[in-house]
Amino acid sequence: MTALEDKGVSADHTAVWSALGTVRDPELDEPLTDLGFVARCEVGAAGRAHVELRLPTYFCAPNFAFLMVADAFDAVAAVPGISEVEVVLQDHFAAETINRGVAARSGFVASFEGEAADELDSLRADFLRKAVFAGTDRVCRALLSAGVAAAALPGLTLGDLPAGPDAERLRARRRELGLPAGDGDPLLVDPASGGAIEPGEARRHLAFARLTRTSMEANSGVCRGMLRVRYPQIQEEEGTG
Amino acid sequence: MYEKDGEKYFVVDAHTHFWDASPDNWVRGQEEYAKGWIECFHAYQGLGPKETHWPIDRFQKYSEELMMHDLFEAGHVDKAIFQPTNLRQWYKNGFNTTEADGAMAERHPGQFLVNTTFDPREGDAGMRAFEERVKRYGCKGVKLYTAEWRGDSRGWSLKDPEAARYLEKCEELGVKNVHIHKGPTIWPLDKDAFDVSDVDHVATNFQGLNFIVEHVGLPRIEDFCFMATQERNVYAGLAVVVGGLMHARPKFFAKVMGELMFWLGEDKLIFGADYAIWEPKWQVEGFVDWNMPADEDLSDFPPLTVGQKKKILGLNAARLYDIEVPAELRLDAPKVVEPVGVPNP
Repeated sequence: MTALEDKGVSADHTAVWSALGTVRDPELDEPLTDLGFVARCEVGAAGRAHVELRLPTYFCAPNFAFLMVADAFDAVAAVPGISEVEVVLQDHFAAETINRGVAARSGFVASFEGEAADELDSLRADFLRKAVFAGTDRVCRALLSAGVAAAALPGLTLGDLPAGPDAERLRARRRELGLPAGDGDPLLVDPASGGAIEPGEARRHLAFARLTRTSMEANSGVCRGMLRVRYPQIQEEEGTG
Repeated sequence: MYEKDGEKYFVVDAHTHFWDASPDNWVRGQEEYAKGWIECFHAYQGLGPKETHWPIDRFQKYSEELMMHDLFEAGHVDKAIFQPTNLRQWYKNGFNTTEADGAMAERHPGQFLVNTTFDPREGDAGMRAFEERVKRYGCKGVKLYTAEWRGDSRGWSLKDPEAARYLEKCEELGVKNVHIHKGPTIWPLDKDAFDVSDVDHVATNFQGLNFIVEHVGLPRIEDFCFMATQERNVYAGLAVVVGGLMHARPKFFAKVMGELMFWLGEDKLIFGADYAIWEPKWQVEGFVDWNMPADEDLSDFPPLTVGQKKKILGLNAARLYDIEVPAELRLDAPKVVEPVGVPNP
């Protein structure tokens, strides 16, 4: 956003933008700001924030869309100095319902009366478990490239990982799920139970971790590609920094 | 038939459509959905090579002549299988119906196989109509779209008891190939219409049927692969994998192909171009030219052999659909190959 800052964008705007950077697509496990899902971010007089989100297709899952709009609302509302928040989802078949529901803070079930049975906590947890698998592949692959033997992986702990963004991200996702995330905790855990993976199960566990990461990253690629087809101006926006 | 480097490939495009999504066919009051749907497909086309992109008006409704040209003259396709999706709630005459597909197939004998569809919410009357369509068009397969809107209902599940009655009917009629759309989630909201667990359920219960998961369950291929390793009668439909990834995301195409070969193996992958989202020409040519790149990230995956590509591009589908393959296009003594996968501990 350097170009905007040059144009005199306020500190509030920068704070709101970084708050949006903490909101992730639950399935892709990537920030909305990186994905190009934030179409507009403005902070007006007296701390009024206006944010517009856009998604790769008109039919993107409304449950995920709801999570992202609600999370964006909460993240922006928590920025000091922001007095009023409006988050608007654009060009989506359920946009009106989602925008109204989030603005009224009425929850998913109430927003889609008669069509939804559950709030979205369990959905979020499912995707977090996948994020743990994908993150496990990232750090383990790096260890293997560095010469660690595959057979040694089940004996390692999180403290054995070299510091870096991948290790941080894995710990953060484990923490969010309530899984053990301390230095002394096992590197390989079952994301459902939190139990350590036994050496005999490690090969299968790691194959599934690799597959899960492939799936998430392939999806992310399709979503990014479709977003650019739908909003060709994104190339230009990216060009501005 | 496609020939490259002295090798001849029998090509079955197992996923094609002849649709009408033009504004004349939009249901009044549902225009936003009808428009949103076809624009969503059009965005997918954008993942193919630029010179194959169509303007939206041609994409909404194309001619029979264009389709025949793109598949059979330019696209190397020997047999094409129609996969209907009705969407009558949004499109007056349906989006892509068995009747429209069937009429076209009858005008071009020997080139198409016509699959039909069923919707368990249609009850006994729907069952009778289903049986008539199967007999009228000689269907050996169905395409199921579990997220189809119907009145207040935003979808159904293969686990529904009514669906089991229809699957029993499939067995009785010899409709042995059940293609299920499992793609990006839409409705019904928190109950994910494209979760593959319902395929797991019926694949176990209906051992005489083949279940082809279209779009390999993207965006959840991990759920799909895990399920498919446990069910011997589950196959991967490659529409979207080839069309959506091979050009736009080559590295992920390699990874996804690697994973599918690893978990399912060469006998379970079925090519489909998903026309008119993507034309078959660049996909067939590109897939024959493609191989697993030399890359550390891909070191778990061996390169594909010519024989494996022949199976994926047509021989596997020919086997499922009893399509006669000319002798010179068959494989010598093909053997069924179990995937490497990873056995349970």
